[in-house]
Amino acid sequence: MMVMRYQLAYPETPIPIVGWFFKESGGIMLPENYNTLGAMHGTIMIFLGVVPLAVGAFGNYLVPLQIGAPDMAFPRLNASSYWSYFIGGVIMLASFFTPEGAARSGWTSYPPLSIFESGQTMWLCGMIFLITSSLLGSMNIIVTIVQLRAPGLTWYKLPFFIWTQLITSFLLVLAFPPLEAASILQLMDRLAGTSFFLPSGLVYAGNTVEAYGSGSPLLWQHLFWFLAHPEVYVLILPAIGIVGEIIANNTRKPLWGYKSMIYAISFLGFMSFIVWAHHMFLTGMGQTMSAFFQLTTMIISIPSVVVLTAFFLSLWGGSIRFNTPMLFALAFLPMFGIGGLTGLPLGVAASDIFLHDTYYVIGHFHYVVAPGTLFALFAGIYYWFPKVSGKKLHEGLGKLHFWPSLIFMNGVFMPMFIQGLAGLSRRMYDGGTQYAHASDILQWNEFMTISAFCLGAAQIPFILNIILTLAGKVTGERNPWNSTTIEWSAPSPPLPHINFDEEVKVYHDPYEYSVPGHEEDFCPQTKKLD
Amino acid sequence: MSSIPYILEERPDTGLNNSRLGIWIFIASEIMLFGGLFSAYVFLRFAAPEGDFDYWGSKLNVPMATFNTLMLITSSVTMIMSWASLKMRQFDKYKMYLGLTILCGIGFLVVKYFEYTSKFHHGIFPSTSTFMGIYFTLTGLHVLHIIGGLAVLIYFWGPVAKKMYDEDVELLANRIEVTGLYWHFVDLVWIFLFPILYLL
Repeated sequence: MMVMRYQLAYPETPIPIVGWFFKESGGIMLPENYNTLGAMHGTIMIFLGVVPLAVGAFGNYLVPLQIGAPDMAFPRLNASSYWSYFIGGVIMLASFFTPEGAARSGWTSYPPLSIFESGQTMWLCGMIFLITSSLLGSMNIIVTIVQLRAPGLTWYKLPFFIWTQLITSFLLVLAFPPLEAASILQLMDRLAGTSFFLPSGLVYAGNTVEAYGSGSPLLWQHLFWFLAHPEVYVLILPAIGIVGEIIANNTRKPLWGYKSMIYAISFLGFMSFIVWAHHMFLTGMGQTMSAFFQLTTMIISIPSVVVLTAFFLSLWGGSIRFNTPMLFALAFLPMFGIGGLTGLPLGVAASDIFLHDTYYVIGHFHYVVAPGTLFALFAGIYYWFPKVSGKKLHEGLGKLHFWPSLIFMNGVFMPMFIQGLAGLSRRMYDGGTQYAHASDILQWNEFMTISAFCLGAAQIPFILNIILTLAGKVTGERNPWNSTTIEWSAPSPPLPHINFDEEVKVYHDPYEYSVPGHEEDFCPQTKKLD
Repeated sequence: MSSIPYILEERPDTGLNNSRLGIWIFIASEIMLFGGLFSAYVFLRFAAPEGDFDYWGSKLNVPMATFNTLMLITSSVTMIMSWASLKMRQFDKYKMYLGLTILCGIGFLVVKYFEYTSKFHHGIFPSTSTFMGIYFTLTGLHVLHIIGGLAVLIYFWGPVAKKMYDEDVELLANRIEVTGLYWHFVDLVWIFLFPILYLL
């Protein structure tokens, strides 16, 4: 990531420290190296980073705790999901060290190029393992939520985070298999010489391709985006869930519009299956198709706005505690808002024709996943760390982590909108120096690169915080945030394989904060009132 | 021992036990997997030159596939019978019916082997045409599913059958029921594959 940013700011100059990696060219990054880094950055961040963290780690850890269950429904399936992820991860990372090198066809792996470019076979094998891992994990989460809820925990008493995990898991179970199918087809194209994605009369690198032809590159794009659009919601829904928990806890009042939000995300989950071709307005698939997908895309923005509005209204009149998890959760709201709203011009075919494949798109989705999902994950780590380890992270270091992160995050991604609106294309290994029309906005490249390095440095307090806290003494405090949900009635850390030290029975809605007439300002779900 | 509830008994408000719900969700995702490939087939058929799929489709061996279809349907029936025998506590019948299911599955693979090798002898490979590509991909993936199913069936037929029957017959019946659901699904995939590849 840093290497890519350095390259964009200072193209055609030897790269310090990691220059030895590009020995043959005297430390200068070649276009194909940049392509490899770009493709693997996307793949690693999405399939090895955010999904395993948000669904694998947070989902697996918190789902049984928040529903008062002793364990996941299928422990062996859980283990096989993990090992499948591990193997997939090893294949992905090992591909850097093979003679062919890692994949370089972008994380989207569009054919026909991906059929010929080197490194793609390893990528596809790795993907098949990673997909299998996600499938197994999400099946487990669904069964756990449906079957293992504690007595008294009815559907509308579930914490919002559980609802987001449930919808996410359904998206994974139903959307990932078509990509697995597509990966198998692409593997066949590469290894068995089929031509599913190769049209007739194709010319590559000056030579006519010897294949049967009559396939279609569009087929891949349809299958790929059928996964990859729901995938966007897989990345954002758990984040929304985490933010919901933290906002309810730190405003000391129930989430505003809890049921509307559940309906909204269920509708969003359904709609996410019929918007995929808005990634394909420029493929010439026809006006009728474009009009349909443009309409569904506009419709799907409504539930996201419902959720965001409910979050903002939840803040209204609350006595907000500005601790580190809450700061990250609060920062999530405008950041995700920017990410979401900048998506609207991309969903309309007319404006997308101009903005497609520019840095505007990069800015848009990074706002959703980097300051959006990533901030929510940070918030979640600060919030649940006391439960996991029995020790609370240091607040001062947490704030030292938060403020620079917020500033530099915007420093990295905000200029991308400016560059994109000026027409700078993405995936340019030289950052656009070869284009005359880009010369006015190239100075931003250096600004973004410096911001990115500062952003990296801003993570030092976070790492330091975790190391220092882990070295400290266990307090074992059960409910340090005075929270209502079930996981806080378990010991910190929870007991292995049974989680709770007493039987869990649920009496209340998830967010009973500041109930009039109650002596404390919170009433845990497991507490029986007379 | 594990303290996970509803492994066998049904949860009152959902009316399901864990494994039954789990296998249905698994089948849902499998439907999406084959659904993706089937829609790829439709897409490619429309993209292909006129008559291309018909020409290559006529090279397939319909009698062999019909025989295979009958064999898989039989195996589904015997699968049910083996589960019913367990429920009636008839261990020998359980072994017999499950054994028949396994034999039918292996028979299917043998026929498929002869089909594949005769194609290879005639110089027909996945790369020969787009139809042959999708034919080998779809049936190959289906064969992998059969092999996976057979592995599970053999496991419950051979090494652990007696032990599980004596210790916890309901657990064994539950495992056979769930495996059976998967096996029926694999049959059903073939019921779709047979007409679109061989007959259409």
